[in-house]
Amino acid sequence: MAVRPEVIAALESQFAGIAPSEFRGQTRVTVPAAQLLDVLTTLKQTHDFDLLVDVTCVDYLNYRDATNRFGVAYLLANTTTAERLTIRVMLDEPNPAVSSVVSLWEGANWLEREVWDMFGIHFEGHPDLRRILLPDEFTAHPLRKDYPLQGRGERHNFPVLTRGEG
Amino acid sequence: MPLTLADAAADAEGAQDYLWTLNFGPQHPATHTTLRLILKLDGERIVDAIPDLGYLHSGFEKLGEHLDYNQYVTVTDRMNYISPMANNVAWHHSVETLLGIELTPRCKYIRTIIAELARISDHLLSTGAIGLDVGAFTFFLYAFYQREKIYDIFESLCGARFTNSYTRVGGVMHDITPITITKIREFVNDFPRTIDDMERLLNRNRIFVDRTKDVGLLSKEAAINRSCSGPVARASGVARDLRKDEPYLAYEDFDFQVCCSTAGDCFARYYVRMAEMRESLKIVAQAVENIPAGPVNVGLDERTTLPSKQQVYQTIEGTITHFELVMANRGFEVPQEETYAAVEAPNGELGFYLVGDGSDVAYRARCRPPSFIHFATFPDLIRGHTLSDVVAVLGSLNIIAAELDR
Amino acid sequence: MAIEELPENVVVSKLDELASWCRKNSLWPMPFATACCGIELMATGASRHDLARFGAEVFRFSPRQCDLMIVAGRVVMKMLPVLQRIWQQMHEPKWCISMGACASTGGVFDTYSVVQGIDRFIPVDMYIPGCPPRPEQLIQGIIDLQDKIQLEGTVGGREFDLRARQQRKRSLVELPIVKTSGLILPR
Repeated sequence: MAVRPEVIAALESQFAGIAPSEFRGQTRVTVPAAQLLDVLTTLKQTHDFDLLVDVTCVDYLNYRDATNRFGVAYLLANTTTAERLTIRVMLDEPNPAVSSVVSLWEGANWLEREVWDMFGIHFEGHPDLRRILLPDEFTAHPLRKDYPLQGRGERHNFPVLTRGEG
Repeated sequence: MPLTLADAAADAEGAQDYLWTLNFGPQHPATHTTLRLILKLDGERIVDAIPDLGYLHSGFEKLGEHLDYNQYVTVTDRMNYISPMANNVAWHHSVETLLGIELTPRCKYIRTIIAELARISDHLLSTGAIGLDVGAFTFFLYAFYQREKIYDIFESLCGARFTNSYTRVGGVMHDITPITITKIREFVNDFPRTIDDMERLLNRNRIFVDRTKDVGLLSKEAAINRSCSGPVARASGVARDLRKDEPYLAYEDFDFQVCCSTAGDCFARYYVRMAEMRESLKIVAQAVENIPAGPVNVGLDERTTLPSKQQVYQTIEGTITHFELVMANRGFEVPQEETYAAVEAPNGELGFYLVGDGSDVAYRARCRPPSFIHFATFPDLIRGHTLSDVVAVLGSLNIIAAELDR
Repeated sequence: MAIEELPENVVVSKLDELASWCRKNSLWPMPFATACCGIELMATGASRHDLARFGAEVFRFSPRQCDLMIVAGRVVMKMLPVLQRIWQQMHEPKWCISMGACASTGGVFDTYSVVQGIDRFIPVDMYIPGCPPRPEQLIQGIIDLQDKIQLEGTVGGREFDLRARQQRKRSLVELPIVKTSGLILPR
């Protein structure tokens, strides 16, 4: 469900430099990275967006008309009114970093770890930023667009057991 | 500050040497598939649990950037593999949201039926697995026999019993047949008896109730704060069901209840699932008697759905449409935009964040995995309980490793 | 003095064949179920398909008690060392079934993390095609494996010393790393 216009109006009056847009009835707001935590705190405390549905990231490496390398998306929902709102933050290399929202939602902990694992986005203030899905010795961030689908040979890097060694 | 693997190793030599470290998994019968827990035990009491996952990470999302919108449905089958149909519906619901396709009423009804049958089969296995893990093996056999009946329905519907890949962009693989409808009617008639039996087996079974009541408590605030959804959140009192809150497909037309509990323990999660099966059965019973007539797929001239084989072989429009849709870069008209659309999958909110770039392959296909989010609550749920409660909590959260790791 | 006529209830056989016959009819599978095939493995063991009819229903989750490993589902980078360790923990004689396309070849998952066939890293006796295989296919695979066991075993386990069985399989030869423009066309 689309967000009430007064929420967007309140956000625009409170924060400078945010850009709302709408597509297929879904409201998205792009905010500068420095203001992310303030915007999300306001949304959670004042406008009652109490559920963090997902945290994800998109690598816009070869995307047409893209100006930034990464876009981190925070999908929020209001459990009372069933409104949904997407907050996006644009980041660039080198060292893409954004502040962590674990202080607001504990559920963000693993979601941010996954984004770190897959894209190498650094979340400042995250209590435990480690790889979550891939082995610790893995060096690449596989969902980046410059990483090949079939990998760089990591999947074949194991000893072979034959019958005799069993 | 949560414990890390390095801490666990350091503590083993340090001051807390009375604590015992137990490695649970990755190959363990109660994990059902593959996940690993490192448990810190004080006697039999669990002081802390460190989940270690990724033992089934197979690059689903990377694959989604290389397969087109129709091909990727086969991969979603293997995501939550105890209810593949629900994943098919979720994927193409998201794709159709991005592409702006409105389904035909008949297709909406068919998808509703299969999604609800998938929910029943998912809940059968997940409740059956709790039973199996805490020692009620008969319960599992009862549940699995009914799953075989649902497999039969799916097999007559689309030819595959387990990994169905039934939906297509703008429609389904092919129309529902009278034989399938007869089978669904039989199932609707027979199933309540089994579910009565299943409830009689466990609901007042002293061993089962003692092992699940007040174990793994999740409060309502924690459930929201931890992003829980689906039966796990509803068992903690969060009355959120996407079928009611943002009705998609044909859910507006049916009379059904959202099942909630306020206890938030393992038994409540089991109980909510059992109750949801009855509600799903109500939806199926209503839907199967009221399937609207008309075409099942979006029309040929819309150029979005793969035409049926008869149209491909016998009409020139069908042939041309088919070729255009399967040829690279001639297929769908995809906006250069981003959308998120979710459905109420058996396990919780299953959504896809899609980024289209104009081609017929998604630029980014992010799946919002309910298992992953529910598993994050596990250390909090198990802390303070005994080792034997691990299997009960794991079973009640219904962790599916392929969805957990993707 | 030779026995002129055997009574009906006496069967003459070689000791090797007797041992093989015993082995093949009391397989204890170790379900290494990682993914979707694991659910079909459960279906095979459950009431409708009932694997017990073929003498292989005693699923044991401890590798030390088992002699047949059924690898059901894809094996990924992080899991492969675990698989090898479990294989090493099983006692001889032991066999391995690679169930489903993912375990045998990687299946649809030609991605950075999935091992493209477990036979690159551990020996496999029987491959079952399908994604996932139907329970009937799994049962057929087990029956075929039983035939194979009947043909090859000896009491002393001499067959495990043969050079042919210790040779690396053809697929174990080091493969060049596949480029991105392999199976799936670049966009």
